[in-house]
Amino acid sequence: MSDLRLILSGLGRKPLRTGLLVFAIFIAFLIYGVLAAFQSSLENAAGPSSSNRLVVANRINFTQPLPLAYVSRIQNIEGVADVSYSNWVGGYYQEPRNFLLTFAVEPESYTRIYSEYVMPEDQKQDFIANRDGLMVGRAVAEQYGWQVGQQIPLSSNIWRRRDGSSVWPVVIRAIYDGKDANTSTGSVFMHFEYLDEGRAFANDTVGIIQIVTNDAQQNDAVGARVDQQFANSRAETETLSEQAFNAAFIDQQGNIGLIILGVTGAAFVTILLIVGNAMAGAIRERTGEIAVMKTLGFTAGRIGRIVIGETLLLALLGGLMGLALANVLSNTLSTVPALNQFFGGMRVTPEIALSAVGFMTALGFITGAVPAFNAMRVNVITAFRRI
Amino acid sequence: MTSDSDLIVLRNIAKSYRRGEETISIFTDLNLSIPAGDFVAVMGPSGSGKTTLLNLLGGLDRPTSGSIMFDGAPIEKLSESQLSAWRAANVGFIFQFYNLMPTMSAARNVELPLLLTRLSAAERRRRVKTALEIVGLDNRARHRPKELSGGQQQRVAIARAIVADPKLILADEPTGDLDRTTAVEILEMLQLLNRELGKTIVMVTHDPAAAKYARRELHLDKGAFEERLT
Repeated sequence: MSDLRLILSGLGRKPLRTGLLVFAIFIAFLIYGVLAAFQSSLENAAGPSSSNRLVVANRINFTQPLPLAYVSRIQNIEGVADVSYSNWVGGYYQEPRNFLLTFAVEPESYTRIYSEYVMPEDQKQDFIANRDGLMVGRAVAEQYGWQVGQQIPLSSNIWRRRDGSSVWPVVIRAIYDGKDANTSTGSVFMHFEYLDEGRAFANDTVGIIQIVTNDAQQNDAVGARVDQQFANSRAETETLSEQAFNAAFIDQQGNIGLIILGVTGAAFVTILLIVGNAMAGAIRERTGEIAVMKTLGFTAGRIGRIVIGETLLLALLGGLMGLALANVLSNTLSTVPALNQFFGGMRVTPEIALSAVGFMTALGFITGAVPAFNAMRVNVITAFRRI
Repeated sequence: MTSDSDLIVLRNIAKSYRRGEETISIFTDLNLSIPAGDFVAVMGPSGSGKTTLLNLLGGLDRPTSGSIMFDGAPIEKLSESQLSAWRAANVGFIFQFYNLMPTMSAARNVELPLLLTRLSAAERRRRVKTALEIVGLDNRARHRPKELSGGQQQRVAIARAIVADPKLILADEPTGDLDRTTAVEILEMLQLLNRELGKTIVMVTHDPAAAKYARRELHLDKGAFEERLT
C-alpha cells in the first residue's frame, strides 16, 4: 500500500504527461478490443461450432460443389452419428445491398444438428413441413421487421430459377434465437430441396456436408475415412473440424487475424517507444528524488519495483479503460438493427479481455524495464553533485 | 582515543577517487571519534573532504581503506542492501536544498522513512504528527513543498530526519539556502534536538556563525582535522 502511494506520487508529478500516456495506451487497447471483438463476431457469423461436428467440403475449394449422393454414402461410414448438408445461396432482400447470410439446408437434420438455434417447437415443425419455409434469425427479423407467416421475396445473386427469375418466394415459418450470447442470429435458412428443384443449374449438388461423430475423439479417424471414401473421385473431399472450416471461411474475407496482429502490433510498438521514452525522461528528471529515497534507506530493488509499478499502472489504467469502451462499442454495434446481422456476436469475450490484460502487463513490464534499471543504478553521490 | 560512549569511530580512513588516469586522494589516514549526544560542526575550505566525510559517516560511500565503527559495529563491510537498512534505522539526513518530494504533502514527506518500517498506518500517522509538532509545522501537514517557505521546507526535512528516531543526524549545509533569521531558527532547532532529544549531530557548514551552535567545531584541511571547542 505504501508503495502504491509512491507510485501515484511519481505519476502525479506531471499530470499532463501521465494523462497523455494513459490516453495513448487507451487508444491502443480500444483498437485491440474492437478488432478482436470483430474477429470473434466473424467467427460466430460463419456459424456455430461444436467439438464433435465435422464439415466435408470439396478438396479444391469449399465454393466447389459436392454430389448430393455423397450424403447417403457418408451416413454409412463408421463413426458417423448424423449428417446434414447446406448450400450457400447468396441471398438478399429486395435489393442487393440488403444482403442476407442465406443457406439452403435439409431442414429436419439441420435443426437437429444445430441445437444452438432455439425456437418454439411448432415453428420448427412448420419450417420443416413447408418446402417454401424460411427460418430467420432474430437479428435479421428485427432488422427488417419480419413476422412469422410473412411472405418474403428472397433473391439470390447466384441461383436463377428455371424460368429465369432470381426471386424465390418464401414464407417465414420460424424465428430463432441463439442458445447463448455468442450464437449469431444473423442468418436465414431455406429448404435445400426447394432450391435444388427450382434452380436452373448445379442440381443434385450441395455446398458442404455436416457430420456429427459419435465421439469428438473419433473426429480425425472419421474425417480420414470420409476423405478416403471419395479419394480419386471427380469431387475429392476435405473433411475439417467445424472450427477449422469456420476459420477458413473467415479467411476468405481476408486474414483478419493478421490484420489485427498488424494493427495492434504497430500500435503497441509505437506506444512502447512513446511510454518507454517518456518514462526514461521522467526517471532522469527524478534523479534527485531517487537519490534522496536511496539516502533514506530505500533499496535499489524497491525503487526498481516502484518504477515498474508506475508503468504497469499506466498500462492497466489506459488499457482497462480502452477495453471497457471497446466492450461498450461492441455491444452497441451488435444491437444496431442494420449491423446486428453481421456484428450480432461482436463482444469483448473473457478470452479477449484476458489476452488484453496479458498484453497490458507485458507492456507495463517492457516499458518499465529500462527506466527501472536506470533508477536502480542512480549513484547517490553523483546525483547530489548535480543537484 | 576512543571510549565506550563513542557512537562513531573512524580509524585510519583513506579515501581516494579515480578520475581518468588520475587518482585523487581525499584522506590518507583520517581518525575521528564522535561520542553519542555530540553536536559537531565540520568546517573547511571547498574540496577539503567535508561532504566525502559526511557520505562516509552516512554509509553512502565506502572508504578505500580503514574502518568505520557505528555503535561498536563496523559498517564499511555491509552490503548495499544492509547499508540501506542500516541508514533507515540509524541515520537522518538534512540537505542544503531540503530535497523534499514535490508531489507529496509535508506529512507524506515526513512519513517516507517510516515506509521502510513495519509500523502500522496509525502509528506512522502518530509519529508524523509528533515530528511535525516538534518542528512547529503540524498546522502545515497537508501543504506541498511549493506552498511552504524555504525555512518551513527545511523544518519539514528536519521532521523527516527525526521521525524514525535515528541516533545520528547528518546535516549538509542545512542553512546554506536560508536567510539569517531563518537560519538561526533552524540551528536552534538542531540544538534543541541535540540537547533535549540527545541526537548526535554532524553538521557540515561553511558558515562560522552556524558552527557556533555546535558543541565543537572540526576544521578539515588537507585530509586532517583541527579541533576547536565552541
